Amino acid sequence: MTELTKLTIAQAKKGLKNKEFSAVELVEAYATKMNKGKKYNAYVCETVEQALEQAKQSQMRLDRGEGGNLEGIPLGIKDLFCTKDIATTACSNILKGFVPPYESTVTKKLLDAGANFLGKLNLDEFAMGGSNETSAFGPVVNPWSKDVPLVAGGSSGGSAAAVAAEMCAGATGTDTGGSIRQPSAYCGVTGIKPTYGRCSRYGIIAFASSLDQAGPIAKDVRDCAIMLNSMAGYDAKDSTSANVAVPDFERFLGDDIKGMKIGIPKEYRVDGLNKEIAAYWDKAAEMLKARGAEIVEISLPNTKYALATYYIIAPAEASANLSRYDGLRFGNRVDGNTLDEMYINSRSAGFGKEVKKRIMVGTYVLSAGYYDAYYLKAQKVRRLIRDDFIKAFEKCDVILTPTSPVAAFPIGDKSMQDDPITMWLNDIFTVSVSLAGLPAMSLPIGLNEQGLPLGIQIIGKAFDEGAVLKTGFALEQDVNFGGAK
Amino acid sequence: MSGLIIKGNTCDWEIICGLEIHCQIISKSKIFSGASTHYGADVNENVSFVDAGMPGMLPVLNEECVRQAVKTGLGLNAKINKHSVFSRKNYFYADLPQGYQITQFEHPLVGEGFVKIDLEDGSNKSIGIERIHIEQDTGKSIHDISPTKTFIDFNRAGVGLMEIVTKPDFRSPDEAGAFLRKLRTIVRYLGTCDGNMDEGSMRCDASVSVRPVGSNELRPRAEIKNVNSVKFVMQAIEFEAKRQVEIYESGGEIEQQTRLFDQNTGETRFMRSKEFAHDYRYFPEPDLLPLDLSDEFIAEIKSGLVELPDAKQERFVKEMGLTPYDASVLTEDRETAEWFEKAAKGHDAKKVANWMMGDFFAMLNEKKISLAESPISPENLGALVELITSDVINGKTAKDVFAIMVETGNTPEKIVEEKGLKQVTDTGAIEKIIDDIIASNPDNVAAYKGGKVNLMGWFVGQVMKASHGKANPGVVNSILKQKLD
Repeated sequence: MTELTKLTIAQAKKGLKNKEFSAVELVEAYATKMNKGKKYNAYVCETVEQALEQAKQSQMRLDRGEGGNLEGIPLGIKDLFCTKDIATTACSNILKGFVPPYESTVTKKLLDAGANFLGKLNLDEFAMGGSNETSAFGPVVNPWSKDVPLVAGGSSGGSAAAVAAEMCAGATGTDTGGSIRQPSAYCGVTGIKPTYGRCSRYGIIAFASSLDQAGPIAKDVRDCAIMLNSMAGYDAKDSTSANVAVPDFERFLGDDIKGMKIGIPKEYRVDGLNKEIAAYWDKAAEMLKARGAEIVEISLPNTKYALATYYIIAPAEASANLSRYDGLRFGNRVDGNTLDEMYINSRSAGFGKEVKKRIMVGTYVLSAGYYDAYYLKAQKVRRLIRDDFIKAFEKCDVILTPTSPVAAFPIGDKSMQDDPITMWLNDIFTVSVSLAGLPAMSLPIGLNEQGLPLGIQIIGKAFDEGAVLKTGFALEQDVNFGGAK
Repeated sequence: MSGLIIKGNTCDWEIICGLEIHCQIISKSKIFSGASTHYGADVNENVSFVDAGMPGMLPVLNEECVRQAVKTGLGLNAKINKHSVFSRKNYFYADLPQGYQITQFEHPLVGEGFVKIDLEDGSNKSIGIERIHIEQDTGKSIHDISPTKTFIDFNRAGVGLMEIVTKPDFRSPDEAGAFLRKLRTIVRYLGTCDGNMDEGSMRCDASVSVRPVGSNELRPRAEIKNVNSVKFVMQAIEFEAKRQVEIYESGGEIEQQTRLFDQNTGETRFMRSKEFAHDYRYFPEPDLLPLDLSDEFIAEIKSGLVELPDAKQERFVKEMGLTPYDASVLTEDRETAEWFEKAAKGHDAKKVANWMMGDFFAMLNEKKISLAESPISPENLGALVELITSDVINGKTAKDVFAIMVETGNTPEKIVEEKGLKQVTDTGAIEKIIDDIIASNPDNVAAYKGGKVNLMGWFVGQVMKASHGKANPGVVNSILKQKLD
């Protein structure tokens, strides 16, 4: 029998159904991998005991011929999702010891579908970062690392690494500016950020409310579709969740892509784009073309403003979203002689450097006298960026771009540390999609010269995850990446 | 002209004043959560995870609060904005769990309107409404439990508020007082706020400036915070206006500032200057979609509106023959007006009004009971008036019957019947009594005929006494005149 942790969710579902192994055995197999993979620092809280208990329940349901869409499937949960009675920290010192008395809608739906939770996964503090180095629990180590430890990407670094190292069958992630797609690319796994509003944000610790969106990270496209089926859906508890029908996402897989129009944005061929990445991008287009798709050039002229726009809007929202962490009602309190002193002490001790930086940027751009020049202008540009996509989608069905301009880099990389803009530039291909609220997926396209995975991004129209999944699935057949590390 | 002119040495000064009134919306649950709004619950009993600003919690707008605010807007003759937007108002305070208040800033739910106020000199004036927006209330800080700690009760946090902003139309404390009383009457009629300033369900800030009479300038104003009774608002305005005049008269200048009213001294004192005003960093609330109302929604609320005090007052004058003064007293609150209408139904409305405002209110006052606790039902008061107008009893007897009604709660008909109080209108019987009295008092008859015409009263009294008060005074008068003149 093949190693259980190598199985995709689809294969594991089949195996469980055919009684080739039990749900408990599956959890145990992943628990063994979790022990072996501690060096990756992917989990910040392990709940194997609970997963085994859940697995027993799942097995009973499976034995009765019952069970949900994810019955007995062991998953890892990004530590940004509030999980009832299980510590939830957003990987910030300010929330150390916080145990939510409620369950996020997405994790509740996964539990209802029969999933077993192995633990909480590492992330950049409050999802602010692109390398998982801002986590209060320390950086995640990319399982593809060779001589020097490499970053797993961020913010869902723990999720991507855990899937890559077979420490869970699939994981939840969240994406604000690329936080699902970029770590998926760095770790050679597949992740999809659905349309804004597709998944409820209820119970997900907020970073930037108008951008945050939950999605799955898994071994392949099908597993993403299976997980998304159980994560998506309207929720009355989130006023921004979309009250639209959720199709069976798995149904799109294997659909013919003949005649589909694949858009290639001309502006994305930025000067200095890594040659290997450019070559893989061409190769992916060729593969789709070979399957009968039509390649069309499109224009997204305002993309060049996307990073600046994103780094105004996201910190602005974050500066308000993080005001509730004041040491008063939950989390870490550091006393002071006055209320203001307690705020200052608690927040100074509780937040890390990157979070403080973004709170300050956000506070600044919303200040009297600066609001119009920054926040208001950014909102206007955001609209232009969205309009770019709407216009582009008149000419194509999906858009193909690299996920990241670089592969995983060493932890503590000097150039990234010295110049935050370099780090922020890694989001260049992903942020415009987030600003437009569109669905986009990253899947592995191949390895670079150093043997590190690179990702390709497929962007769809709003609520057309089906086209993204269909295209990704077709590409996956030809890429034949060979699964996780 | 009802304005208060403050005489100065250099010139006469007039007051420019506007009010901001926070009205707690009557609704079962809070504006953005399902927690109860019940007043008087145990400390921190009515607090949901949303109200406590827990991580990952999201606001969901309570439609009932929107309905109530629209109703209030219509009651103040104001424009309802079909499109309005929620914003975050950012500041740190212990009773503000999220670190921001969800309110409306640039696009309020209700636009301009007006309220007609009646002044003591019988004139009236229209006060402009600038806007009404809806927002969440804060918790309450409790400072008197411990000398070193402050305790917080979040029961009030998240209760819906309407902030009603007037135009700077007040020229005297009296006008402001009349407005507040009128506003209270209107919201109570509408059932949108219970208007209890002492309980804090209606709170008022006043902006005060002064200028030389005849000038059109707007000088820097002082905003006086949280004054908790109509009387105190009037005191605060008067004190503040005089304070400012004194400063100007002595060559000083006023800076824009926030002041606090001290109800023990009746004075306002400095709180903070403009430079130390908060920068609230307003921006659109990303957790809530803009509020878009349909014409049908507004029309439905409009069609369900109760008759408002102005309309009622006019009807009482025009259709029921009441004086404007009586009508205004009887329409001051909805219960009184409805009680009166029930009592007056089918009877002489003017007489019913007299009885109600005379003996009836005196009785309530004396017993210190509310209208709802009255031992006399409106139907019975109407019946009593009917017994007078149809000459069954006379006014004097009616007072006795009224007293018995208060004691027993019986119908006036029953009391009159049982006690044999029916008025004697039989001229034969009365004539017999008169004849007896004339016969046994020859001296007085002679005196009367000799010119002491005021003895007529004595004769009437004798007849009434002999008839045990039941003789119809009109009949007595006319027969006496006939016999003596």
